[in-house]
Amino acid sequence: MKLGTEPSAVTRWIILGVVGIIFAIPIVALIQFSFRDGLGGGYTLDHWTGLFGEGAARTYRGLFQAVGNSVLLAVVTVAIVLVVLLPTMILVHIQFPKLKRVLEFICIVPITVPAIVLVVGLAPVYSVVVKIFGSGVWTLAFAYGITVLPYAYRAIQANLEAVPVVTLSEAARSLGANWATVLWRVLLPILRRGVLAAAFISVAVVLGEFTIASLLNRVNLQTALLQVGQSDPWVAAIFALLALTFAFVLLLLIGRLARNRNNS
Amino acid sequence: MTTATDTTSATVELIGVVKDYGSHRALNAIDLSIKPGEFIALLGPSGCGKTTALRALSGLELVGGGQILIDGVDVASVPTNKRDIGMVFQSYSLFPHMTVLENVEFGLRMRKVAADERRTRALEALEMVGLGQHSARFAHQLSGGQQQRVALARALVTRPRVLLLDEPLSALDAKVRVQLRDQIRRIQTELGITTVFVTHDQEEALAVADRVAVMRDGVIEQIGTPEELYATPATPFVADFVGLSNRVPAMLSGGKVVVHGTALELLGASMTDGPVTAFVRPEDVVLDPKKGIAATVVSSSFLGSLRRTQVVLDDGSLLSIQHDVDTKPDAGAAVFVRFKGAPVSAVPASAGAGVGGAAVA
Repeated sequence: MKLGTEPSAVTRWIILGVVGIIFAIPIVALIQFSFRDGLGGGYTLDHWTGLFGEGAARTYRGLFQAVGNSVLLAVVTVAIVLVVLLPTMILVHIQFPKLKRVLEFICIVPITVPAIVLVVGLAPVYSVVVKIFGSGVWTLAFAYGITVLPYAYRAIQANLEAVPVVTLSEAARSLGANWATVLWRVLLPILRRGVLAAAFISVAVVLGEFTIASLLNRVNLQTALLQVGQSDPWVAAIFALLALTFAFVLLLLIGRLARNRNNS
Repeated sequence: MTTATDTTSATVELIGVVKDYGSHRALNAIDLSIKPGEFIALLGPSGCGKTTALRALSGLELVGGGQILIDGVDVASVPTNKRDIGMVFQSYSLFPHMTVLENVEFGLRMRKVAADERRTRALEALEMVGLGQHSARFAHQLSGGQQQRVALARALVTRPRVLLLDEPLSALDAKVRVQLRDQIRRIQTELGITTVFVTHDQEEALAVADRVAVMRDGVIEQIGTPEELYATPATPFVADFVGLSNRVPAMLSGGKVVVHGTALELLGASMTDGPVTAFVRPEDVVLDPKKGIAATVVSSSFLGSLRRTQVVLDDGSLLSIQHDVDTKPDAGAAVFVRFKGAPVSAVPASAGAGVGGAAVA
């Protein structure tokens, strides 16, 4: 095969097939497992119906609580991204362009630090956080706000670079808009896609997070799944599937947004 | 009823305006006084401070010292959004998420104008720039020239006291540039709005402005009508930058510039006698088939209504000559040239040395 030529259709389908199978096997196995009737073989819907049936709310209270926690964490994390990261990035982009490199470095660093190392550093910090904000599970979002930085930063930065933000905000100001109006009526609408993508990817990251929550002794979906899995592996499998589906839908939406951006 | 063509034009004055970027002084005590309804062009090479001066006037750059008066009121510390200015930028600056109409309405929305009136006035402004039929489009559906016309409508619809144009034509191709340039001038004349136009293109500046301020290194070298700048440049820089000039080695003696045996009047401040570089306009040199200074034709270009011919003199210096299209010298032909005798600017030879032969700027 010559360098630079595209692989043939057959080659492409083979690659796609192999990769697809690698990803599909565990998921299919998980689905199959969730219908298995004990160790003896045979299939049943009991595990699924049991989850939504009578008394399930009480039996799986911990798990539902954990789902609630994770959703709360996702919301607070997104809020941190929108309230802290987004304005900072806009401000740096427009007023302090020299700091762009610094901000980028700070935002990318978390991806290079393993979660386990992050926790070692976070543990003493959280003894202070607890004193100030109490021990509510939502305080974990402070840590998540850091872990999602690289992803959120990239999503917003791509959008910021693609539009002439400086000129547009100068034009708006020359037309009589104050900074708040510039942000609300001009910058947010044109950065909408980047901001949405940042929010979605933050949700996906938070819903999949295990290490930090576990080591800081907080309950979120992932830690609860592990716990439930030890006594009721089927429920754990079902919840894992549901979480996976949700994350998949989010990623599809992000892909959609990215595609729309290319079209316009 | 008020219409889009009602404006209140203001006087604009810059007094000793200073702007520093770190250790670089971008504006060095600029003084500029603009009459109501006047069209002023700030002209100069890149980095001369012309855009900084405009941005200081708009409030997008805060100045380090001096006064900026609009209608006699110092606005140096007033934020951009309260200065009541209209501005058109070099790069396309239409809001991409709004239609053309919404873009033009934006300034009126900021001034809390009622929806009906907003729409009427915005449509009027769009009609004025000839784009009434495109009001529902988005910026990316318009050509560059159309986008700049919408930007012009958007800047004018609020009836600002001053219109600021920051190289609005430089992203456009040549033909559209000339069309839009003339349209801007026509609308400005109709509205009578005080206008400051920044450009690095001397032809553009001379074509549209009532007065042109030539800037260099953060100061205004000369301000005057296009005719004044062209005919009586105050400094060699202006002579060189405005219009085309031949740089010709000459001798200054007794206040006269002697160029290849022809004595010419010296423009501007008097200098000490000695070798100088004289700036001679191509139209102040004539081709003569029979007598004058011997020269050889290098090339000749047809420019529509006139022809410009390059010749090389016996001493090796190049000279550009402008003449009518009927004369068509062949490359290599032996000709004679004469100087008409129009006054010229000059610099001491050493100062002009770096610029080389007869390059036409």
